[in-house]
Amino acid sequence: MYHSWIPNSDPIVKREMLRFIGKDVEDLFGDIPESIRLREPLKVGFGRPLSEYEVYRIVDRILSRNRVFRDPPPFIGGGVCAGYVPSIVRFLALRGEIYTSYTPYQPEINQGVLQAIFEYQSIMAELYGVDVVNASMYDGSTAVAEAFRLAMRATKRSKILVPATMNPFYRSVASTWLSPVRGVLEEYRVDEKGDPDLGDIYGRVDDNTAAIYLENPGFLGNIIEDPEAVGEIARKKRALFIVYSEPTSLGILRPPGEYGADIVVGDGQSLGLGLNYGGPGLGILGIRMDQELLKQLPGRLVGATVDADGRRGYMLILQAREQHIRREKATSNITTNSSLMAIMATIYIAYLGGNGIRRLGESILRRTQYAVESIRRRLSGKVSIALRSRLFYREIPLRFHGKSYGEIHRDLLERGIHGGLWLKGLLKGFEDCALYCFSEIHSRDDIDRLVQALAEVA
Amino acid sequence: MWRQARWDEKLILEMERYTSQGPSIPYEDQFTDIEIEIPGKIARAKPPSIPSLSEVEVVRHYTRLSQMSYGVDVGPVPLGSCTMKYNPKIMDLIALDPRITDLHPLQDEETVQGLLEIIYTTERWLSEITGMDRCSFQPPAGSAGELAGAIMIRKYHLDRGEDRDEMLIPDSAHGSNSASAAMAGFKVVRIPTGDDGEVSMEALKAALGPRTAGIMLTNPNTLGIFESRILEISDLVHSYGGLLYYDGANLNGILGVARPGDMGFDIVHLNLHKTFATPHGSGGPGGGVVCARGELVDYLPRPLIARQGDRYFWDYECKRCIGMVKAFYGNIVPVIRTFIYISMLGPQGLREVSEISVINTNYFIKKLLEKPYYEIPYNPEKPRKHEVVISASKIARETGVTAEDIAKALLDEGLHAPTIYFPLIVGEALMIEFTETEPREVIDIYAEALNRIAEKAYKDPSVLKGSPRNTSVSRLDAVRANHPKTVAPSYKIYHGLVSSTKDIEKK
Repeated sequence: MYHSWIPNSDPIVKREMLRFIGKDVEDLFGDIPESIRLREPLKVGFGRPLSEYEVYRIVDRILSRNRVFRDPPPFIGGGVCAGYVPSIVRFLALRGEIYTSYTPYQPEINQGVLQAIFEYQSIMAELYGVDVVNASMYDGSTAVAEAFRLAMRATKRSKILVPATMNPFYRSVASTWLSPVRGVLEEYRVDEKGDPDLGDIYGRVDDNTAAIYLENPGFLGNIIEDPEAVGEIARKKRALFIVYSEPTSLGILRPPGEYGADIVVGDGQSLGLGLNYGGPGLGILGIRMDQELLKQLPGRLVGATVDADGRRGYMLILQAREQHIRREKATSNITTNSSLMAIMATIYIAYLGGNGIRRLGESILRRTQYAVESIRRRLSGKVSIALRSRLFYREIPLRFHGKSYGEIHRDLLERGIHGGLWLKGLLKGFEDCALYCFSEIHSRDDIDRLVQALAEVA
Repeated sequence: MWRQARWDEKLILEMERYTSQGPSIPYEDQFTDIEIEIPGKIARAKPPSIPSLSEVEVVRHYTRLSQMSYGVDVGPVPLGSCTMKYNPKIMDLIALDPRITDLHPLQDEETVQGLLEIIYTTERWLSEITGMDRCSFQPPAGSAGELAGAIMIRKYHLDRGEDRDEMLIPDSAHGSNSASAAMAGFKVVRIPTGDDGEVSMEALKAALGPRTAGIMLTNPNTLGIFESRILEISDLVHSYGGLLYYDGANLNGILGVARPGDMGFDIVHLNLHKTFATPHGSGGPGGGVVCARGELVDYLPRPLIARQGDRYFWDYECKRCIGMVKAFYGNIVPVIRTFIYISMLGPQGLREVSEISVINTNYFIKKLLEKPYYEIPYNPEKPRKHEVVISASKIARETGVTAEDIAKALLDEGLHAPTIYFPLIVGEALMIEFTETEPREVIDIYAEALNRIAEKAYKDPSVLKGSPRNTSVSRLDAVRANHPKTVAPSYKIYHGLVSSTKDIEKK
């Protein structure tokens, strides 16, 4: 049968090629034992090849059962958040030379994407205040898991101290990735502001502690005002200090590298990637320049060099760490990462520029603060802010004192509003709370409508 | 002569700060009255040092960079085992539908029923294609699928009270197999390849024992050869209590012809981006899927997609599962593309995929061997499946021109080089895979180019040592790029190096 995606399936071409080879199809598959050869066609698809138009119709019908929240945009976060994707991000990423290129193993023919990835590494290093950021991980959760394993390899220790309010999804993923190497996650307390309990950390850190991990802003949106103190404890015990930060917040918050982070981690979803039902994403992983950390850093790296004529060029470097050379001694098994997402994030940041990133951060902080104040003012008694932190970025934990979150959520949906993330089963001590998210696409009116609706249903 | 664009394009960080503002932020003016005061200890002292350009400058910069890049839309990318097919455009457009792009992963399940239906249907199709019972979409790439599979094997044995810590891996396997097995806590036991290009049965028998956790195999293997004794291997490994793991990177060669499940495999991973043609964007995103049958289903990463009546939902129930390997459900966009791919090819089309990819490979071999330069190690008489590994050892020995030189010379012809120096068991290896989406003319051109380069090697090898010349840069200095004193993995470090050399020059 001929199919337009398969040029040589044209019967005439196929016959000529087989004649040239001097074999028929049966000969070419003759080495597959008869007993395992499929006798009937696979039971997949719609029984026959569909035309493009037919597929559009089917997909359109199925997707019409989805409900997209646009007016107002959804208030649900939990690490990923609805945000604006500037037109140029998709437009440029879709250029076929970039979109359909493979991993640039042959650098001379792929300078464009290599330069873009080098720019990504450099821009992220600038945002996070470190020296080296790798060419990308899958998403924030796997970047955290790899950061923990990196810390274990670099220190030859196995305990990671994590906050009690750690992103529960990340924690779950990290547990899976740490299980084979017997890494242990141990929780440290946080106070009513969401700040790390330094005394508790001090009591728990020991000679087997590979790293102390901090999220700033925290999973609950709270900005930790003195993260440096945690880093100092880590340094005293020769443990590494790992800081996870939402990249857009770094337009206004001090970069983790500046306050002592040895390893920085982040998720690039907010950098113009869209929601896409949670994936593909972009994991950010960086380190301060240190030969041991660099040797143990997982994932690809692009470096600058020169060509035979002395012109600057870029290529994949330090591949000796990677799976295709070191195999079982490799620092990670990554073969496919998130290069396209890294390039999209680079275009996004290039579009905003340093000034734009700062204004974006301020703008998100302002509207989060506006939401906090409106909720305090208008919902007192029914709904409270579950942490006493002074500043929240993008997310706020709300505690509901009346109805259960399930009922509230249903009533909000009826009003066309998608509420926050119910923390029941996710974070201990926050069973009656939900996490609400505010990004640059929420207008003042959107937030007012949410607060009004909560006043009616909560 | 083909030439690639050659722009003198500065890094974005080196551009002049043109505007003092950057673009407009949505509704920014509505919130300027809100007072915020960030305490000094956590406030960023000055904006990130990134230029603020106008939109047109950014568009031109990245358009120029795209002109210095090469993808399947430009020409063939015949990287063996890294299957790179043409990406049908309908998938690109549907993937931009806001009813996909604007869905939050934690959105109420009742509001994403359409998407869940596509995921559910795709899972059923992939189970049928692999001969497995269930699939989990959690792994975001094939290698993450391997890691998940290896952790599943580890947990399966531990749950049965058995401490099996050896994973058998053929020396022809993808490097990621060994890395994944090691990451999952296994000792890797390498099984050599026999003269016929298949797993050596003697070596396998010698390696099997009470510590054997399983074997990781790809079939067809990386030499493009189908492991014809697979049923025997399966019985043998199972008889020792081990499990069989199938690396789906090479599934293209048997799609619709044979299924890993029928060969005795217990766990399978697929690379959606390879087999079902989703774009690779210069290194990802990928789409990994891990499938299992029988008891192993319990160990699959959760959640799994489920249906009750007309309602679809994520099933988090997890008695033995290994947990989550990525936040949320994995890379869902490639799953939707897979749904479209299978719908448009249908069962007949999927079989045509493997028939034509196998015909393309064997046509290329015959075409290439019309001239005497290249050799095909390991039983050249055997038909190759999805790919073929050729050796340039004879050329290297007689002229000094290496596989890398040949690869660089191909770039000058406007062709992407094949995978080189892999698998490690073949000297001066060039691993070539056209897939089913390359027209015959392209295969002819490629074979002719390889032979023309070989002829040049015998005439004047020094010319080839100077390639490539027609690409945006000439051959790059890999030693400098990797040397501890000159390694520059970011602009900050690069800038430091450049200024320090300038200081030296001044002195």
